[in-house]
Amino acid sequence: MIIAFEFERFTVSFFMSIQVSNLFKIYGTQRAVNNLSFEAPRGKITGFLGPNGAGKSTTMKIATGYILPTEGTVTVNGIDVVSKPLDAKRIIGYLPELNPLYLDMYIKEYLRFVAKSYGFNKALVNQKVAEIIEQVGLGVEQKKKIGALSKGYRQRVGLGQALIGDPEVLILDEPTSGLDPNQIVEIREVIKHVSQDKTVILSTHIMQEVEALCDKVVLINKGNLVADESLTSFKKRLTKASGFVLTFESPIEHQILIDAGFNVEKRSDTSFIVDGPAANLRSGIMSVITANDWPLTSLTQAGGSLEEIFQDLTKVES
Amino acid sequence: MIQIFLKEVNEFLDSLIAYITIGVFLTAIGLLLWVFPETSVLDYGYASMETLFAVAPYVFVFLIPAITMRSIAEERKNGTLELLHTLPFTNLDIVLGKFFAGFFLVVFSLIPTIVYYFSINQLGNPPGNLDTSGIVGSYLGLFLLGAAFTSIGIFASSISTNQIVAFVLAAFLSFMLYAGFDSISSINVWADWSTYIDNLGMMAHYESLSRGLIDFIDIVYFLGIVVVMVLLTQMNLGFKR
Repeated sequence: MIIAFEFERFTVSFFMSIQVSNLFKIYGTQRAVNNLSFEAPRGKITGFLGPNGAGKSTTMKIATGYILPTEGTVTVNGIDVVSKPLDAKRIIGYLPELNPLYLDMYIKEYLRFVAKSYGFNKALVNQKVAEIIEQVGLGVEQKKKIGALSKGYRQRVGLGQALIGDPEVLILDEPTSGLDPNQIVEIREVIKHVSQDKTVILSTHIMQEVEALCDKVVLINKGNLVADESLTSFKKRLTKASGFVLTFESPIEHQILIDAGFNVEKRSDTSFIVDGPAANLRSGIMSVITANDWPLTSLTQAGGSLEEIFQDLTKVES
Repeated sequence: MIQIFLKEVNEFLDSLIAYITIGVFLTAIGLLLWVFPETSVLDYGYASMETLFAVAPYVFVFLIPAITMRSIAEERKNGTLELLHTLPFTNLDIVLGKFFAGFFLVVFSLIPTIVYYFSINQLGNPPGNLDTSGIVGSYLGLFLLGAAFTSIGIFASSISTNQIVAFVLAAFLSFMLYAGFDSISSINVWADWSTYIDNLGMMAHYESLSRGLIDFIDIVYFLGIVVVMVLLTQMNLGFKR
């Protein structure tokens, strides 16, 4: 029995390198994180989604040991981040949200400082710094001070900082925010490249990024877990939604549409998802609209994008 | 800890902080000791370093908070404290690294004044007629005082993200701990306990060391302040998250 138990613990910690269980973070009366549980498996990139203020950064800061949870645990490769912070920090690479850096330091000086904090010896430090500069594409700029770098290059320095300790777990808080489209693609390449033998969890609210990078999606809203599934099953939510999204300039009497035999889901006073029998759905809706002379501003296929699932799952419930 | 120490010292040397601090300290002390007639050794007529040791603590009251005010406050404000916290450093590593870096600067600003010892030594009549043991004790006292002020400064810097607040708080605390108890003890109301109150302050212990009598208690007193302040700072780093 003991063996079985040990084995179970081993497999759990092996396959699930980040385990968040019943996590709470309460500031005064505000529940920033509310009973959150999810897992991020090894060798996969987990996309951590949610609107601004959903508690993504808070959760990530707890996972890195920077802030303490009110209740609940986070374990990284089986190490509890609260009771064994130092052991946990050694295997975590973290890129904070606003990418704070020592602007007066030279890139190499800074990377060396970070590498030394992991206790590497001098030769290894130099080797790591050279490797990371190569890996994140800082070659051309490597002689500069961090303060003299553009935002894209600073982000690379931040990513390099997260990678240099050869961490088993990478926690990246909005790694591509504020970058131009080319830089986004380059940073994503780097992340994808390093993710093969690591556990990566990255927060974002860019849906293309999730589609391009992630294997798994964890969606939270107002501190609560909304979805925790693979990207494929997350995408399957797309096919469930059918019909059209109608947006009007001013509120309309949507009862008329219901009376005409359509299924109407009200999103706001001026926006509705209308569904009905597949044949002639569009022309059927259009004839009702023209008959009532409603000020239609747009009519789009529902369930067209991941954005819509996101909006659907995180919309404000009144 | 050593990495944080080296980083901080590098930052001091890269910015103007180190040069300004040491420059201002030595200029002020030099002027007082050699030029200004009220305090100058040359006008005083006795071969003594009394001026240096009487004035240096008051210069430290302003100078050390200026060195330490940014140490944690700035990192907190810029968010880089989050980096330090999430790298494999303990809170104690961070605090001690910063403390020793500040203390290192204090020591470096004091070392050049040792030259004055040799000059004044030559000025004595006959040369060498100088209270050497008192001077050794005074230097030890100054180093310990510098360490205590540095730890107070680091603590003040951990309280606020605002450097001015940190500076004012550190200067006030340092001044009160140095001279405050001495002044309070001279209030007539508690005349009976004045020695005890006096002994709570740094000045009594500093002066006791200056007499050349290196008392274990005085050293323990200063180190005690450093330890308490370092622990308070470390706790403060732990609480605010």
